[in-house]
Amino acid sequence: MTFLEFDAVRKHYGDHEVLAGVDLSIEKHQVVTLIGASGSGKSTLLRCVNALESITSGQIRLDGDVVSGPGVDLNALRRRAGMVFQSFNLFPHMTVRENITLAPRKVLGLSRAEAEARADELLERVGLAERAHYHPDQLSGGQQQRAAIVRSLAMDPEVVLLDEITSALDPELVAEVLSIVRELARDGMTMMLATHEMGFAREVSDLVVFLEKGVILEQGPPEQVLVDPVEPRTREFLRAVAA
Amino acid sequence: MTSVRTGEAPAVAGASRLSPPPRSLALSVAALAVPLLLLVWAGLLGTVAARPTPDELSVTGLVFGLAASLAALGIAWYAARGLQLALAAGRQDAAGERLEARALSSRSRRHSFGALSSSLALALVLMTVMVLTANQAKIITTFFNVDYMVRSAENIVRAFGLNIFIAVISMAFVLVFGLVLAVVRMVPGEGARPLRALAIAYIDGFRAIPSIIVLYLIGFGLPLAGLPFFAGLPQAWYAIIALTLTYSAYVAEIYRAGIEAVHPSQVGASRSLGMSYGLTLRHVVLPQAVRAVIPPLLSAFIALQKDTALVSIIGAVDAFSQAKFFASSNFNLSSVAVVAALFVLITIPQARLVDWLLARGAARRARRTR
Ligand SMILES: Nc1ncnc2c1ncn2[C@@H]1O[C@H](COP(=O)(O)OP(=O)(O)OP(=O)(O)O)[C@@H](O)[C@H]1O
Ligand SMILES: [Mg+2]
Repeated sequence: MTFLEFDAVRKHYGDHEVLAGVDLSIEKHQVVTLIGASGSGKSTLLRCVNALESITSGQIRLDGDVVSGPGVDLNALRRRAGMVFQSFNLFPHMTVRENITLAPRKVLGLSRAEAEARADELLERVGLAERAHYHPDQLSGGQQQRAAIVRSLAMDPEVVLLDEITSALDPELVAEVLSIVRELARDGMTMMLATHEMGFAREVSDLVVFLEKGVILEQGPPEQVLVDPVEPRTREFLRAVAA
Repeated sequence: MTSVRTGEAPAVAGASRLSPPPRSLALSVAALAVPLLLLVWAGLLGTVAARPTPDELSVTGLVFGLAASLAALGIAWYAARGLQLALAAGRQDAAGERLEARALSSRSRRHSFGALSSSLALALVLMTVMVLTANQAKIITTFFNVDYMVRSAENIVRAFGLNIFIAVISMAFVLVFGLVLAVVRMVPGEGARPLRALAIAYIDGFRAIPSIIVLYLIGFGLPLAGLPFFAGLPQAWYAIIALTLTYSAYVAEIYRAGIEAVHPSQVGASRSLGMSYGLTLRHVVLPQAVRAVIPPLLSAFIALQKDTALVSIIGAVDAFSQAKFFASSNFNLSSVAVVAALFVLITIPQARLVDWLLARGAARRARRTR
């Protein structure tokens, strides 16, 4: 059954059309990877899901509910759709644990003790239990990104949006972050991610989507789109990133 | 001596490849000449100061003359060492020892610059003393008569309590009201446009009107208007109201700068956790914004403290009005110098605190962008 659905989604910045009619269906527990050249609209598409950007026309539905257009309860939507950013965006004035417990306490109404118990459990899972009392600037990039993932998971989202979450990391720190995503996929978390890590995309995705100038040029299982694409443009792109 | 040899290469061939040492000789000559001139000046000034009239000996003048001359001598001695080093550098360079010459030359220049900047400081002191002692030291007796200062000090210090009271209460109000203004000015959304316009009009208006005029209008206007509650307030409270009105406008702009300096991605991160605009402002934006603007806030508060001296125009008895009372009854401004000194006394620690906070902030940013 379709869980997250894009229906002729268009997005303009002024005269510039960034999404030019995107149709896409994602099922629950699927991992969908967006690939495409810089500027093809991957980030924009992700940010439209949790309404960090508003769409110009079309419709986005989450579990049957329309979550685009005016009058949507944005805070409720964003509780359901968590997001992890390329540049982590942890709150620098808070410890890791405070970063993670803030929204559960203020939005979900958890008590401090409940929120902290949940945070500690998640931190343990990503190997950051010892870092709970550190501030973000005392952590490596990989540790910060793991903390940021935990922060979004602490809200118990139904879908997680990951926007190039390893692009700001030194190469040796990429693996520790990707292994968490892999684990989430194994646990059946519905995820939509933009990435330039083709090997990882092939391993973890159920569906790979190739975006070009704001439209989906090709989509399918990873072994098809990434290994034997139909479109010449997809082939060209894959050759370029492999080089 | 830290002599650095250029290995096996012959000295002369090595020298030709090495760029020459920095110039130091002319500089060191100038650096020696200036303190010698100052020595003459200090000597003359000291002689005059020590004997204000032919049959009078001023101990203060004598001590000053001796101290100034000694200082000039000390600087000259330091500069002479610079000259010596410059000459040594020249000899080494001629001998093809370029690295050695560079080291000596660089030390010479350090001496010369040190001597020149100390000379400048000493010259300023001498000039100040000349101005102060001109016309039989009228300036000193007019502004710094120790006797008047001591006699007025107790009353002035006591009245200074009112300045501090007004400053502290106003600052507390300004912190809150300024924040409210800044937040209202930045409320998002089409519907809030009139609210934003109101805040902008307030901020523009009260930043434009001189605080002395606001004080005058409040201090005399509120009692005249006969409003219940407001009409019967003590003068100090009119000052608090006036300063709060004025400085909140400034401080709102300081807060705004801080809020705008918080990166939009922080708001994006907070909002995508389902936090509302208000929660985001309260827990994510404002804590970072306020931390960033503590130094400029403190600077604004230093300005506010100084403006408490304006309350004398509405008849409140603060330190300045006490001092003016003494000054006009003695035809001497020493009591006013006491007030000035009090303001300096409370401001300097705050100024140093601002410096310290700024340095700490810079260090933290360096760590963050590592
Ligand atoms: N706020 C904005 N205002 C105007 N144009 C924007 C804005 N944000 C993005 N764009 C434009 O939209 C297009 C798509 O941007 P987007 O960030 O979605 O691309 P992307 O596929 O994520 O690229 P990258 O791989 O570099 O992250 C780009 O041409 C970009 O310049
Ligand atoms: Mg992007």
